[in-house]
Amino acid sequence: MMRILIPSQLRSYTGGAAEVEMSGATLDEVLRRLDAAYPGIRFRIIDELERIRPHIRIFVARELVRTLDVPLRAGDEIQIVGALSGG
Amino acid sequence: MKKTSDSRKRTGGRRKPASSPRKRKDEVAILVGTRKGAFIYYGDASRRSWRVDGPHFLGHIINHIVLDPRDGRTMLAAARTGHLGPTVFRSTDMGGTWTEAVRPPMFGEPPEGMAARAVSHTCSLTPALADEPGVWYAGTSPAGIFRSEHGGATWSEVEGFNRNPMLPKWAPPDNVAPDDDNAPPAANSGAAFGTVLIDPRDRSHMYYASSAAGVLETGDGGASWNALNRNVEANFLPNLYPEYGQDTHCLAIHPRNPDRLYQQNHCGIYRIDRPSDEWVRIGRNMPPAIGDIGFGIVLDPRHVDRAWVFPMDGTTVWPRTSPDGKPAVYETRDGGESWERHDRGFPREHAYYTVLRQAFCGDGFDPMGLYFGTTSGELWVSRNEGRSWTQAAAHLQRILSVEAAML
Repeated sequence: MMRILIPSQLRSYTGGAAEVEMSGATLDEVLRRLDAAYPGIRFRIIDELERIRPHIRIFVARELVRTLDVPLRAGDEIQIVGALSGG
Repeated sequence: MKKTSDSRKRTGGRRKPASSPRKRKDEVAILVGTRKGAFIYYGDASRRSWRVDGPHFLGHIINHIVLDPRDGRTMLAAARTGHLGPTVFRSTDMGGTWTEAVRPPMFGEPPEGMAARAVSHTCSLTPALADEPGVWYAGTSPAGIFRSEHGGATWSEVEGFNRNPMLPKWAPPDNVAPDDDNAPPAANSGAAFGTVLIDPRDRSHMYYASSAAGVLETGDGGASWNALNRNVEANFLPNLYPEYGQDTHCLAIHPRNPDRLYQQNHCGIYRIDRPSDEWVRIGRNMPPAIGDIGFGIVLDPRHVDRAWVFPMDGTTVWPRTSPDGKPAVYETRDGGESWERHDRGFPREHAYYTVLRQAFCGDGFDPMGLYFGTTSGELWVSRNEGRSWTQAAAHLQRILSVEAAML
C-alpha cells in the first residue's frame, strides 16, 4: 500500500481525508483505483488526453513526475499538489 | 463509467441546509455565476429587494448556472477551478445539495486526421425543449457540443459536431476568446465560446453560436451543420464577409416567432428573418458615438421587434467598456430601426463596465425585468423594462453569467 497525500482542493472527494492509501504498480494504476474509490477525482487532475492538468503537480517519493507511466515501489509516497499563481 | 451519483455528493463548499433555500414568497431567482463561485438572488414580483443565497462553490469558476424551466427545480452549474478540471454539478433543491456529473463533458478519441483535444471548460448549458425532459446541451471550449439525456448526470459528444471534418476550420486552435481569464488555454485548446439554441417548434433544428465560427445551423438534431453568416462582418479577417469565422458574442432566438433571431456580434448588432439566410446589421442605426459593439442581447418574449443591448467601446484598442465611462442600455422597439438610450440610475461618469455575453438577461414578468452583471462584480436590476436601474449587489467577483428564473 502507498500513502497518497490529498490537497485541500480534492478533499471534498475523500470525505475530508488528507491522506488515503492505495496500491498499484504504476501511478496510472493508483490513480484509477483512487477514482474507483472516490469517483470523479481523477478527471479533475488528469485530462482526457491522459495529461496531468497544468496546475496540478504530482510527486512520487518526493520527485516531480510528468507522466502517468511511472513505476511505483512499495512504500512510495504520492503527493498531489495544487499549484496556481495569480489571483 | 459505472458510478453512482450518491457517492459524489458535494455541498458546494458550505454547510448543507436542511431544506431548499427558497422561501414561499420568492417568485424570481437570479442565478449569478462568477469567477469565484455562484450566488442566487431571490426576490418577489416587485423585484425591489433581494435575498442572497451563497456562495455556492466558493473558489470555483462558474461559467454558467441555469435552472431548468421544465421542472423549476433542477439546476446545473458548469464549474472548474484554476487547479482542477472542468465538471458539471447538479442540484434538485435550489442549491441546497449538489451532485457532480458521473461523466462530465469530455472528448473521446478523435477521428483520423483530427487532433485529440481536452475540454478546458464548459461555457454554456442549454435545457432542451419540454418534449425532451432531462435533456441538456453543453457548449465547451475548445469548441464542442455535448448532450445529456439524464439531467446532466452523464454527457455524450454530439459527434456530428465534435467529429465533423470542418470543425478545425470552424474553430481554429489559435482563436482564443475566453470569458474566463483564469482558464489556462492549453496547447491546441481553441478556447472559443460556444452555445446551443433550439428552435422551440422543432427540437432537431438548432443553432450553434460561436466566437470562432459565427453561427452554425443544423436541421437534423446535430448530425450535420451549415454556416449561417451571410452579410455578417469579420473585420479581423482578410475576407471581411467569409462563410464562417465570424465572432458571434450572443445569439438570441425569439420564443414567439422563432424565425426571428438577433445577434450581438464582435462586429455589430444583426437581425435575421428566416428562411432568409442573410443577416441585416441593425446596429448601423445606433448612435455613431456609441457604436454597436457589445457582448449580450436580450429579447422581449412578448414583442418580436423589441430588444436591449449594452454597448461597449469598440474603438482604437477595443477597451470593451461603457463608452466614455457612461453606462447605458439601448432599446429597440422596431426591430433595430431605431434605438433609445436608458441610463437612469447608472453612474454618470467614470464607470467602465464590461458586461459579458451570458451576463445580461430578462425575466418573464410584465413589466419585464432586466438584469446584468459586470466584470467588476456588480449586479444591476431594472424592473421597468430598462428605463431605470438599481444596483442589487456589488463587491462580487468577475461575473460570467446571469440568468433569471421564474419560480
